[in-house]
Amino acid sequence: MSQNSHQEQNLLIPAFLQLRGLVKQHIDSYDYFLTTDIKQIVSSPSNCCVLSDYNPDFYLKYKDIRVLMPSIEEDAVISSITPHECRLRDLTYAAPIEVDIEYIKGNKIICRSGLEIGMMPIMLGCCNCVLRNKSEEELAKMLECPYDPRGYFIIKGVEKVILIQEQASKNRIIVEIDSKNNVVAQVTSSTHEKKSRTVVQSKGSKIYMKHNTLSEDIPIAIVFKALGVQADQEIFQLVGTQKQYIDALGMSLQECSILNILTEKQALRFIGSKIKNSKAAKTGRTKIEEARDVLATVVLSHVPCENYDFRAKIRYLGIMVRKVIDAMNDPKKVDDRDYYGNKRLELAGQLVGLLFEDLFKRFNSDIKKHVDKIFSKPKSSKGEPFDVITAMNKKMITEGLNNAISTGNWSLKRFKMERAGVTEVLSRLSYMSALGMMTRINSQFEKTRKISGPRSLQGSQFGMICPSDTPEGESCGLVKTLALTTHITIDQPEEQISKLAFSLGVEDASLFSGDELYSPGVFRVFLNGQPLGVHRDADFLINSLREIRRKGKISEFVSVVKVEEEQQIHIACDGGRLTRPFIIIEKCKSKVEPKHIKELTLGLRNFDDFVNEGLVEYLDVNEENNAVIAMRHENISEDTTHLEIDPFTILGCVAGLIPYPHHNQSPRNTYQCAMGKQALGIIGYNQFLRVDTVLYLLAYSQTPMVRTKTIEIVNYDKLPAGHNASVAVMSYSGYDIEDAIILNKASSERGFGRSLIVKRQNSDLRRYNNGLSDRLVMPPVIHGDNPPPSIKKFHALDKGGIVAVGSIVQTGDVLVNKETPVNKVDDIEMSKLTDNDFKPSFTCFKGPNPTQVNRLFIACNPEEPFLIKTVTIETRPPELGDKFSSRHGQKGVVGLIVQQEDMPFNEQGWCPDMIMNPHGFPSRMTVGKLIELVAGKSGVFQGKFKYGTAFAGDKVIDCGEILVKNGFNYTGKDVLMCGTSGELVGAYIFSGPLYYQKLKHMVADKMHARAIGPKTALTRQPTEGRAREGGLRLGEMERDCLIGYGAASLIQERLMYSSDVFIASVCESCGNLGYEQWCQFCKSRLNIVKVKMPYACKLLFQELQAMNIRPKLNLSSS
Amino acid sequence: MDANTAYLTQNTPENVHTVEHPLSGGKTLEEILSNIEMTIIEEKEEHLIIDLVGIEAPIANALRRIMLSEVPTMAIEDINLWQNTSVIPDEVLAHRIGLIPIDADPRLFKFKHPNEEHSSENCICFKLHAVCRRLEDGSIVGDKVMSGDLQWQPFPNQQERFGHFKPVHDDIIIAKLGPGQEIEAELFCEKGIGATHTKWSPVCTASYRLAPKITLKKEIAGENAINLKNKCPMGVFDVKKGKAVVKNPRNCTSCRECIREDDSMVSLAKVKDHFIFTIETTGALSPRDIFREAIKELRDKAAFWLDKINIYKRTPKS
Ligand code: SF4
Repeated sequence: MSQNSHQEQNLLIPAFLQLRGLVKQHIDSYDYFLTTDIKQIVSSPSNCCVLSDYNPDFYLKYKDIRVLMPSIEEDAVISSITPHECRLRDLTYAAPIEVDIEYIKGNKIICRSGLEIGMMPIMLGCCNCVLRNKSEEELAKMLECPYDPRGYFIIKGVEKVILIQEQASKNRIIVEIDSKNNVVAQVTSSTHEKKSRTVVQSKGSKIYMKHNTLSEDIPIAIVFKALGVQADQEIFQLVGTQKQYIDALGMSLQECSILNILTEKQALRFIGSKIKNSKAAKTGRTKIEEARDVLATVVLSHVPCENYDFRAKIRYLGIMVRKVIDAMNDPKKVDDRDYYGNKRLELAGQLVGLLFEDLFKRFNSDIKKHVDKIFSKPKSSKGEPFDVITAMNKKMITEGLNNAISTGNWSLKRFKMERAGVTEVLSRLSYMSALGMMTRINSQFEKTRKISGPRSLQGSQFGMICPSDTPEGESCGLVKTLALTTHITIDQPEEQISKLAFSLGVEDASLFSGDELYSPGVFRVFLNGQPLGVHRDADFLINSLREIRRKGKISEFVSVVKVEEEQQIHIACDGGRLTRPFIIIEKCKSKVEPKHIKELTLGLRNFDDFVNEGLVEYLDVNEENNAVIAMRHENISEDTTHLEIDPFTILGCVAGLIPYPHHNQSPRNTYQCAMGKQALGIIGYNQFLRVDTVLYLLAYSQTPMVRTKTIEIVNYDKLPAGHNASVAVMSYSGYDIEDAIILNKASSERGFGRSLIVKRQNSDLRRYNNGLSDRLVMPPVIHGDNPPPSIKKFHALDKGGIVAVGSIVQTGDVLVNKETPVNKVDDIEMSKLTDNDFKPSFTCFKGPNPTQVNRLFIACNPEEPFLIKTVTIETRPPELGDKFSSRHGQKGVVGLIVQQEDMPFNEQGWCPDMIMNPHGFPSRMTVGKLIELVAGKSGVFQGKFKYGTAFAGDKVIDCGEILVKNGFNYTGKDVLMCGTSGELVGAYIFSGPLYYQKLKHMVADKMHARAIGPKTALTRQPTEGRAREGGLRLGEMERDCLIGYGAASLIQERLMYSSDVFIASVCESCGNLGYEQWCQFCKSRLNIVKVKMPYACKLLFQELQAMNIRPKLNLSSS
Repeated sequence: MDANTAYLTQNTPENVHTVEHPLSGGKTLEEILSNIEMTIIEEKEEHLIIDLVGIEAPIANALRRIMLSEVPTMAIEDINLWQNTSVIPDEVLAHRIGLIPIDADPRLFKFKHPNEEHSSENCICFKLHAVCRRLEDGSIVGDKVMSGDLQWQPFPNQQERFGHFKPVHDDIIIAKLGPGQEIEAELFCEKGIGATHTKWSPVCTASYRLAPKITLKKEIAGENAINLKNKCPMGVFDVKKGKAVVKNPRNCTSCRECIREDDSMVSLAKVKDHFIFTIETTGALSPRDIFREAIKELRDKAAFWLDKINIYKRTPKS
């Protein structure tokens, strides 16, 4: 295929992302939760009804559950709300949960439908959100930015993201080698009810089973016996009758006879005696019964077991043992823990689902408790019969969900799970930081552990997880980002797939003897890790399943994988798998033809049509192993089954901003990923309507000259963060060492790097329990030009006591002149209070520079009756020390701001906005930056945007030609004249436009010094930190220097006189501290002398005394 | 190598610096002065191209620097913003308004001292009142606030004395409004220089380049001559009678394309005392006036220092 049609196929990516957006995974999973999962939870047998232990007639049954559209109830009026209103008014974007119930009241059956049991936080953009499927205009009416990624929650006005959580997959056998060199096959069983881990482990030459409920390892043969496999031969058959299996099992079987356990009963009794926290005594069951119960419900709990029919479990255990023996003989058979096929990503829907189920169970058990309490009392015959609705506590579910999402602490009682940091506040530093956060993956590994495995790049993450976007430092490699086209699956019903598999010739495993399962040519079929049966023609099964999937009859996210070495076929339809789309190749021809692309451009088809017609399909990490994927059209060979849509999609959205990333040294791309999120720019079309605590904006943000496809796909071109700076790469003045940059003063005066800092300060008029509330008061009248500071700070206030919009405020100026009643306890009438009954508690402006009040916002919400938000905007031109960075991980601070006439200029009169030192290049090897400059320069003359898309993009050769055509040097190096001497610069200077980002680290926010100032109360030492106007610490190392130098007096001055000097009274005779010339120990004031010491020292002595240690001061005069 | 020539070679410009004193070449001051030549190459309303031959780089550069930052103009400095309901924050709006070039001859005004009042002597006042409305037929009027919307508010007898003031261009967009939004402001222009803030710079840019001196190192004929002609993007070379000739050396942009692959044919050089000035005005002053003002300013500076030197010379040494 020609280059042309190859490029056309790239149109699939925008089509794909247009359809799904960047956060489809979050929204999909939440949709699934709201529409399907929540119903399953409520209808599951353990949750669907509440019974009473005391009244057998009573029941409460849930028939249906629904989540409505988001609304709020205020003064008994229910009105619908928009997300933006929630942000402004500090509300929660949530919708009522309604249930239909049937219950007994008195002796009647009563049906109620539409009963509200709580409020469910609604994810923006999900099926219950008002923003769903809205046009740009409709969104604008709701004050919403059309490019906002959505997929987050709003809890009390704060945007919260539930981060994607990475986990080892559940219900799959993973074989590992432990620290003692034993082979361990473990499986984490997870069902709605229970979570448990079962381990089959080799120890020496024997094999044991381990489980949390058992205090000791149980020899595997005993487990088999307990499960009802009595004959040794049968055990062999379950594992394998080849020599290696028999050899390996021999010792374990022998152990059985040593312990003299030959029958099922003996085995069960043996296991029964090893159960931890046995309840046998309490419940009156025998050990045997208890052991059987444990085996049925706790061990391998995900394998179904009805009426103590252990056959499925026996087979499963057989497979585990076989895996252990295989791995003992061949270390290659050990699984890779970090392999992405063995990982599952948990999304908002699943996490909220778990939480909701837990809360719902608690809700029901609370009802049950209440009901039991009522029925346990003797019935009062008169009066209304008991109505169970009165026992329902609506707040429990609402608050449980809100608290979990706003704190990020997920505590699930039934799994005894406590997880912190599941949610984070959505970072609105820039559009990219918000996007980056929505695609971030959090790993459950501990950050402190020094392990390289989970942190390093894994082959299987190719195309699924961005190789560049990860933070530096402790969480490096543990926090990851999804690649551009990755989709995370949601749960699909298994029944349909298993039925289909059976009708395609899978034979139920229970019909086979153990031996037959492992005969050559027979493939064992697994569905989501559960053995389904066997199939004699693996290829037929696989091909037909894939065919059916391509036809759209089953979900496109079902994966079918053949593992040749193990003779297994794995079908997966569970949630949390990573998938991404590929073009299907058949007989060396792409199924996506130019005509399809044409239809796509004409809008006649969308991405879903490509999937539904079987032109494009999703593969998960495991199925990728069965595919031969060509990177480009040129690479298609006979075996090729799939074609990458476009190689640049291996990067995520943040790394996708980098032009020519394939020319850069890899860590530079990683640095840029971190910095791209700190770049100031436009954060959304509604940025001036928002009331965030702080917003950093750029006044004149420009779309980059050199773009990438990703930039256009993620709409960075519409919400950019940076400037196309004219850069000259040369040395200038010496103020540009260590990556510092020289800025043109004229450029900054024309708007370059000018940023806006929008700050919000809250102030609420509280209402107290005694009915009193805070009040606003008129400010004092200011007379004359030079009022005292105590009066002057009121200058910006209106008569109403709130700051006037448009006024300029400085640090300490009052924004809201509020007064609080002194008495907040007793019942007094507000009107009877005089001015003396109030004390001032005004809100003051905090900020380094004079700032303009831009907006005032007064609102109320159910918790706060009178909420005042003051929004100020500060304009900051760039100054010395502000941080700038290009898109190649090259950051630098402003070292000098130079008059325009001092800047070098070229023959056309052009002069740079910025000068960058060439020493930044050799060691960083950011060749991409060089190419960006040449491409950008040529684009300027052509009047076109240039493209630096990864693994593609405009060629340097072509860009050079364009430069020559326009009378510029081929390499981008121009003849420059020096601005100060007027002569030619003695070198050709590489100059042209580069996209520069202004980063949020600005001098004005960090600058700090103090002479005297506040002290901490306890030690009387200066406070710490800029926010508290703290002192600058002379630390241990500085002290060491002074000691080394011998500057004793200086040390004394710094550490005592300038810090916490204190004149203590010390009694010379007893050596104790005295107080006010009086020694309490000697009961005398005769021997008191004054000693200068640090207050902290005096404090230490007192604290020691409090611990019954007496520090004695022996004084002598020098 | 000629001291008065800089050579552009493949890798680096050579002989760029002049280290000798101008008088060290055995010339007298009179000789140097009589050698200075000035020709106007092109003069348009908005730009001026002048050839200055025979002066040293520091003098030419001084002129350039003065034009950029020391020739005064009028620009909006103070704003009383009464109303701004547009999407642009107040300070950004003020910044934008400040950069609008004002068509007023600065020579008619005095510099305003910080604690002086605005007066007809030192200030031009404009008013801006823009309201955007949705008409009954649904159309929107006044959605763009242009520099042409600035209305001059003359101080007493300013009109009689000076005639009319307005922004240079009427079509600079200051802000865009939505229906119901409004901007109302009073703007005060002051006299200032570019060194304080670029809004007072009278030029878009003023710069010079050194005159190119292009020679053929050897006779180039036939294929090579045509190749050379085609190579140069600016049409510097031509082929006459089968031989390459340098036709338009002034067109050269120093792109070095003609010596990129093979530097044996052409010698690229720059005449170090031949400056081709380009002055582009923002519109307040004509480029010719800017140049003249710059020379005046330079002369004043020289006179100032001459004065200082004379005083120093006269003070007896202790
Ligand atoms: S330097 Fe460039 S413009 Fe000048 S003569 Fe050579 S090719 Fe032509």
